[in-house]
Amino acid sequence: MKTADVLEGANSMLAFDVERVRADFPILHQEIYGRPLVYLDNGASAQCPRPVIDSMSEVYETIYANVHRGVHHLSQRSTDAYEGAREKVARFVNAESSDEIVFARGTTEAINLVADSFGRAFLEPGDEVVISHMEHHSNIVPWQLLRDRAGIVLKVIPIDDSGNLMMEAYQELLGPRTKLVAITHVANSIGTIVPVKEVARLAHAVGAKVLVDGAQAVPHLQVDVQDLGVDFYAFSSHKLYGPTGIGVLWGRLDLLNALPPYQGGGDMIQRVTLEKSEFKAAPHRFEAGTPAIVEAVGLGAAIDYVTGLGLDNIAAHEHGILAYVTAKLSAIEGLEIVGTAEDKAAIVSFTMFNAHAHDIGTILDRAGVAVRAGHHCAEPTMDRFGLAATARASFGLYNTREEVDLLVEGLMLVKEFFG
Amino acid sequence: MFDELRQLYQEVILDHGTQPRNHHALADATCRADGSNPVCGDMLTVYLKVAPDGTVADAAFEGKGCAISMASASLMTELVKGRTVTAVEALFRSFHRLCTEDGYVLDDAEEDADRLNVLAGVREFPVRVKCATLAWHTMNAAMSGNAETSTE
Repeated sequence: MKTADVLEGANSMLAFDVERVRADFPILHQEIYGRPLVYLDNGASAQCPRPVIDSMSEVYETIYANVHRGVHHLSQRSTDAYEGAREKVARFVNAESSDEIVFARGTTEAINLVADSFGRAFLEPGDEVVISHMEHHSNIVPWQLLRDRAGIVLKVIPIDDSGNLMMEAYQELLGPRTKLVAITHVANSIGTIVPVKEVARLAHAVGAKVLVDGAQAVPHLQVDVQDLGVDFYAFSSHKLYGPTGIGVLWGRLDLLNALPPYQGGGDMIQRVTLEKSEFKAAPHRFEAGTPAIVEAVGLGAAIDYVTGLGLDNIAAHEHGILAYVTAKLSAIEGLEIVGTAEDKAAIVSFTMFNAHAHDIGTILDRAGVAVRAGHHCAEPTMDRFGLAATARASFGLYNTREEVDLLVEGLMLVKEFFG
Repeated sequence: MFDELRQLYQEVILDHGTQPRNHHALADATCRADGSNPVCGDMLTVYLKVAPDGTVADAAFEGKGCAISMASASLMTELVKGRTVTAVEALFRSFHRLCTEDGYVLDDAEEDADRLNVLAGVREFPVRVKCATLAWHTMNAAMSGNAETSTE
């Protein structure tokens, strides 16, 4: 590295230069209906920076082949790139070993994997799985399917009117039949940051394991799975400025190796005869078939990108935005913020007058502002607040205060029609 | 600026959208159907009371949704009353064309059908066409004896 690069790196640590960051994201520099694009739907999918896009093109242009199979040069190089991405993920979440990193299609598949394999290995009829009232459907439906299939009991930790997890009620739910607590780290619909470390400590006290849905957390917080003390941690690449089609299940190695395979197929076996098969150890046991090789490399590049900027810097920038947007939106007549927990990520759900979320979404869209409108795949959370839907602005590392001002300008149109 | 939005969210739409008419259950309905749009989670129920002579004697709906879907349901229930089932089916086809075909307008000669023209602005918002047509598809399902329908 040249001295100038080192100095530049040092400067970026001192002050998060959002304009320089924005220059890395080609998609942001366009107009929508003649207005500058304001992309505030990062909670659904964040955009990819140039290095992520380039990393994937480079694989296709130079080293692409199937992994773990060929003796030929390209297969070896693709395997190195794919396994290199696994190493990056392991360092990113501070796993003890890259063998603890299972690649899945996304958070949803990672949770389904645990529901299926952990369910078969460890859950008996009558055993209890605890979730919260602010889960994404991907951390509700797999457990309902398991309940219907295996006779487990599903319990739900309530949340208060601000969207905080009710810790005392949680403690009362825990008991000798509790085998797993499956909980979000950051609630996708209302932004609450859950005190996962404390949740895990209490769960372990009754002998239960803990699975965390980290889909919304990894882009906003420095995640250290060992420090959190959890047993499984799932997240998706596409919310972390990486491509779709790939995600991660981290699990404690002894636990992963105690689980039966999730899907069967090539690449996950030690030996197959027509009578029976022997399976590889984790993580390969859980990766049947050709994986998303190029996307894994893209995820690795995304991790390089965010760690290069510094998760602490990103968090500080986003907290500044959150404070600014919360103040601005609170001042708008008729606007109600849904989810006002003490500890929040940069996600703001809201309603406005009697306008339906889809009307707000359409109006903001014409103002160039992309938000999510609907139930955010968290219908029970919406029910908790007596709502069918909200509009949600979710912020990422490239969003600015000027964009918050454009959001507010768009909301003035909502007021014009519905106020 | 924002002309298309102002065309979509006209006074009539906002009036019917926020204070829909015939927004209640119909105890003596002869047919009903539930409709849903899984994309936005909107669900509504349409009730029709069809007289023995094939005339729609009463129409109503229940449910919550966006201004477009509520206004469309509200106007629909007003307009189908007094029409024969055959005429309602024709109106449904016309309304569908109104929501999707550039330049198409409903003729005022046809008993107030032109009141639906306020919904033509939805053409410029392709993802919102389903909001405008949900109630109509649901009504169609009710008339043809299907208890459930979906925009998907």
